[in-house]
Amino acid sequence: MKKNFGRRGRWALFVSTIALSAMLVIAPQATKVQAQGTLKVGMTLADIPVSFGQPDQGFEGFRFMGLMLYDALINWDMSQGDKPSGLIPGLAESWSVDPSDKTKWTFNLRKNVKFHDGSTFNADAVIFNFDKLLDKNSPQFSARQGSLVNFRIPSIKSYKKIDDYTVEFTTHKPDSFVPYQLCYILMASPTQWEKTGKDWNIFAKTPSGTGPWKLETLVPREKAEFVPFKGHWDATRVPKLDKVITIPIPDPNARTAALLSGQVDWIEAPAPDAIPRIKSKGFKIVANAYPHVWSWHLSRVEGSPWNDIRVRKAANLAVDREGIKALLGGYAVPASGHVTPQDPWYGSPSFKIKYDPEAAKSLLKEAGFSKANPVKIKAMISASGSGQMLPLPMNEYIQQNLAEVGIKVDFEVTEWNALIDLWRAGAKSPQAKGSHVINVSYTTQDPYSSFTRFLRSDLHAPKGVNWGFYNDPKMDDLLNAASAAFDPAERDAVLAKVHAREVDDAAFLWVVHDVAPRAMAQKVKGYVQAKNWFQSLTSAYIE
Amino acid sequence: MIAYIVRRVLYVIPIALGVSVIIFGLVHIAPGDPLNAVVPPDAPKETVELLIKAYGFDKPLPVQYLIWLGKALEGDFGISYATGRTVSDAIAGGVVNTLILAVGGILIGTIMGCSIGALAGYFQGSWIDKLATGFAIAGVSVPHYWLGLVLVIIFSVELSVLPAMGMGPGGSTSWVWDVEHFKHLILPVITLSVIPIGIITRSVRATIAEILTMEFIQTLEAKGLKKGRVFIHVAMNAAPTVLAVSGLQIGYLLGGSILVETVFSWPGTGFLLNDAIFRRDIPLLQGVILVLAMFFVVLNLLVDIAQSLIDPRMNRS
Repeated sequence: MKKNFGRRGRWALFVSTIALSAMLVIAPQATKVQAQGTLKVGMTLADIPVSFGQPDQGFEGFRFMGLMLYDALINWDMSQGDKPSGLIPGLAESWSVDPSDKTKWTFNLRKNVKFHDGSTFNADAVIFNFDKLLDKNSPQFSARQGSLVNFRIPSIKSYKKIDDYTVEFTTHKPDSFVPYQLCYILMASPTQWEKTGKDWNIFAKTPSGTGPWKLETLVPREKAEFVPFKGHWDATRVPKLDKVITIPIPDPNARTAALLSGQVDWIEAPAPDAIPRIKSKGFKIVANAYPHVWSWHLSRVEGSPWNDIRVRKAANLAVDREGIKALLGGYAVPASGHVTPQDPWYGSPSFKIKYDPEAAKSLLKEAGFSKANPVKIKAMISASGSGQMLPLPMNEYIQQNLAEVGIKVDFEVTEWNALIDLWRAGAKSPQAKGSHVINVSYTTQDPYSSFTRFLRSDLHAPKGVNWGFYNDPKMDDLLNAASAAFDPAERDAVLAKVHAREVDDAAFLWVVHDVAPRAMAQKVKGYVQAKNWFQSLTSAYIE
Repeated sequence: MIAYIVRRVLYVIPIALGVSVIIFGLVHIAPGDPLNAVVPPDAPKETVELLIKAYGFDKPLPVQYLIWLGKALEGDFGISYATGRTVSDAIAGGVVNTLILAVGGILIGTIMGCSIGALAGYFQGSWIDKLATGFAIAGVSVPHYWLGLVLVIIFSVELSVLPAMGMGPGGSTSWVWDVEHFKHLILPVITLSVIPIGIITRSVRATIAEILTMEFIQTLEAKGLKKGRVFIHVAMNAAPTVLAVSGLQIGYLLGGSILVETVFSWPGTGFLLNDAIFRRDIPLLQGVILVLAMFFVVLNLLVDIAQSLIDPRMNRS
């Protein structure tokens, strides 16, 4: 009897569970209550970036952790979206290079700046943070943080405190790109590090910087909650929102569903084919060109068909960039070089990159190729990856365009991380298996990342990421002249020459620039999308 | 019986060691540099070399394996290369969250599978049987990923009655027994339960149909037992099969929910594994796979023991 009663009890429990589930499904959802001024962001990342100072997970890590909690000596201007985002004073009010010894830089620090924990920012804090990255004997040395950012400061040889608010940096050789390097070094609080047992992993739970946001909660892989730092030194950057919650949603369909169902207010990188649906549901898409280029990096090793400039130019003329833009739902800018024509580094290249298949055919004919006797190219591409947009359909589109003029392309499709290894190894490495192209999209945010690392001959892979073994002594001279030009206008003029020469040489096959579409609810106001990989949420608010 | 249990437990040791060797080997022969989890793509060679030494990748693979195994036996799976957080903590949190899904999925799967399967078995050849068989085939054939998206579109996007992702309101956190968290559970659990429903339905149908043809059923009926009492005998005879199939399904659900967890951003082991794979986070990858594999081994052990206890005819000695 007892046994039978138990069985009935279990049955009753089952029936009640099913009934409850049905009620929950059928019943209309309670009014979606949302705290006023709370912005929920669906990131493309699968995990919350590390919070101990230098973030991981690339520039999205900087965007949604690093630059929220911390400032650098020099910041990016993210206050407007009309012109390219440049460098502006951050924790340093000003900086200058010694006219008599251009390896010495003096940085005058901002006074009355407080960390989130209330301690004061000064020259000791700067030295502490550089020791953390570069001095293996310092107690705060963090190999992990160093590995994330030291490659961005190759010029820094040494640094020292002059007084409480002055720091001097010495570089290995004169290099005007130093400000573009130091803008990646974020200042964490030495006092908080002491308070958290001198352990960066514990510090990460209650981090303290001088940035506009304070970390309130961090649950790995689930969410991070940020609240405004009311004591931020720049009153214009004190956040208007009450709170920002960042949630990792790596799957684009899940991100879209989360936005459409009201679980988040903002998503990064909606899938292009979902954009019409997102718009039809009353959400807005915000986009703006930023320093990004989607290109084919060409191999110039011996035997590569790209060694003939006519073939390189023909490829650049054969690609229908407007078609690719349409493929991307209109969210791309056709490329006519490594940077956009609005960029001060664009210059005046004489080779005009456009869609002209007839001109491409003529060039190939001149070089001895045709549709019947095509140039044979092997290209390494990925199926996904950071900044890669839609690599498979885009590459297939290009393959079709090139085939129409007499360039036959075979793909070697590789997983993204494996492709990065192949990129590091270089076109001459055995792993490249004689490939003539690698498709990795690039940032063009600073001169080194835009040009030097791909074009200077002393940075051939694996020493650097000049993957294709580009080698042009005149280009080397120009790049060296750019890094030796300390007047910004003069430096930009030299970089414009670099770019013009690169385009005239058709050094890459340039395709499009991304415009970083973001989808958000209509109630999100005040956000300005800067022409930058980094963005600021301080001006955003919920109406 | 005790000797059998002891022997079965002892078998687990070589199985676990074999599994650990396979996991370690597979993770290390996969393409892609493990340091991609730690350093940005254009980090200089010197930095990469420094880290190769720091993380012990310069040691021979067998040595790396023994170091890892030694620590794993103490419950220390190391530190995630990507995040610097303890792998054991990450796995512990993930396993609990995945168990919530898997248990929900298997409960629905077993109850629905047994009910539909029993009906189909009893009414073999009838329209009920055809309907149930069709349902079972659809269940095992439908891709998780697709079904999850369809459910999200219907119930979250169009009807706005259930949340699309996460484990709880306001960005998911750990599990809490309240209505809001329960609502977050419904869609992933339904998605996850479809395959077990299909598999269990088919197994139960076949088993019941076979049992119904056995002579002892005719004997029971000839003795005048009511249909309900006969059913109890049928169910008791079908129980070991159901148990074995359900046990294996829990194992599959624990390890196989990677797509469902990704679609619903459910912070379980599948989500963890997905992240670890894409970031080449070797300690996390090895730790999660080992724990999931051990779950499978232990579940098999428990099912074997439970089967012996339920069905005395099974001579395990």
